[in-house]
Amino acid sequence: MSAAPVIAAFRQALGEGWAGGAGPLLPLAFLIGGSILIPLGIGTETQTLRALGPGLIWSLIALASLVTLERLFQADLEDGALDLWIQSGAPLAMIAAAKTLAHWLVSGVPLALAAPALRLMFQAEASAELLKEVPLYLMGSLGFFVWGGVGAALAAGIRRSGLLTSLLVLPLYAPTAIFGALALTSRAGDAAPLFLGANMLFALAVAPFAMAAALRLAAD
Amino acid sequence: MPAQPLLAADGLAMLRGERTLFRNVTVRVPPGGAVRLTGANGSGKTTLLRVLAGLTLPEAGSVTRLAAHHWIGHRDGLKSHETPREHLALWAAAWGARKPDDTFLAAWGLGACAHLPARDLSAGQRRRTALARLDLAERPVWLLDEPFNALDHDAEARLTRRIAEHRSKGGGIVCALHGQSPIADDVEIRL
Repeated sequence: MSAAPVIAAFRQALGEGWAGGAGPLLPLAFLIGGSILIPLGIGTETQTLRALGPGLIWSLIALASLVTLERLFQADLEDGALDLWIQSGAPLAMIAAAKTLAHWLVSGVPLALAAPALRLMFQAEASAELLKEVPLYLMGSLGFFVWGGVGAALAAGIRRSGLLTSLLVLPLYAPTAIFGALALTSRAGDAAPLFLGANMLFALAVAPFAMAAALRLAAD
Repeated sequence: MPAQPLLAADGLAMLRGERTLFRNVTVRVPPGGAVRLTGANGSGKTTLLRVLAGLTLPEAGSVTRLAAHHWIGHRDGLKSHETPREHLALWAAAWGARKPDDTFLAAWGLGACAHLPARDLSAGQRRRTALARLDLAERPVWLLDEPFNALDHDAEARLTRRIAEHRSKGGGIVCALHGQSPIADDVEIRL
């Protein structure tokens, strides 16, 4: 086995993110839009916004990750490139993982970087403490994107599969949303960040094989 | 004793829904050999090729692959924003082959359109790009699904010549085709 096909898939997916115009920025725009609209709807009461903020920001990141996810494998299936990747000589799970990781780098990392600033919309106290949340968002968003990749692979053969993808992956998103929100409100020494990291590692270990199995079925 | 085949399949059967596409199909591709799959539209030529490539599992039967293969499916594998140069560079990188240069692209008549995204290419130019993958890396078996589709006279002549060269070096070919076969002394499997 050689790593060359995996590296090639990763580099192609990185470039692909930008090929369709502003594609990678759509999830970010969704996150920013949601973070502006929700406080407008709820009202300006500090205590309410502060209590709801952590849960809402994680829900918004989860939904934002779904915005462009359905296209992750769909194009490859439609244009026949998936057939070539299956026969590339590298395990399909590694190819799928590489593509998902590239997609997260262009679409997911901006979410994690923007989230601390958007927490201010929910009346979080402006301090350097907010920047310490970035690793939490990075872990959580990677978990979202990798689980989301499974849904994208399962729904790859279906047109307008966005809704189906969402339904498939929302249960898989629950642990990240729960532990993510807990981690934002926890004090030092709490286990929530550890659970968040564990969920991400579990996703990284399991999801690529599920994606590969789903893609083989789609190509069959 | 005949030379060991590069690709062998026995007793292949395939269903699509309730219907039997084909059954008891045997394929032997010896070094230098060419197998031509023919049959009406929907008779299962593409499906049989996919089974031989390992993309689809047969209902019954077995496939033995003793050599690496190239896959040219009926879809070309190009993204709409991808240029021929990018496409061939991608697969050269994936297969650990040398990056295609201008001479390589010109040989397939892609010199003038190498920088155009696939959405601006004609069907024949996309087909040429896919076929150029055959020359990126040496592989003993070529699996070709209607490779002559959309090709003009020049490209057809080039592909016919490349197939003959490939076979003279001991390579084997399985090719789904309708109409006249430009491939010399091949074995026909009618589905």
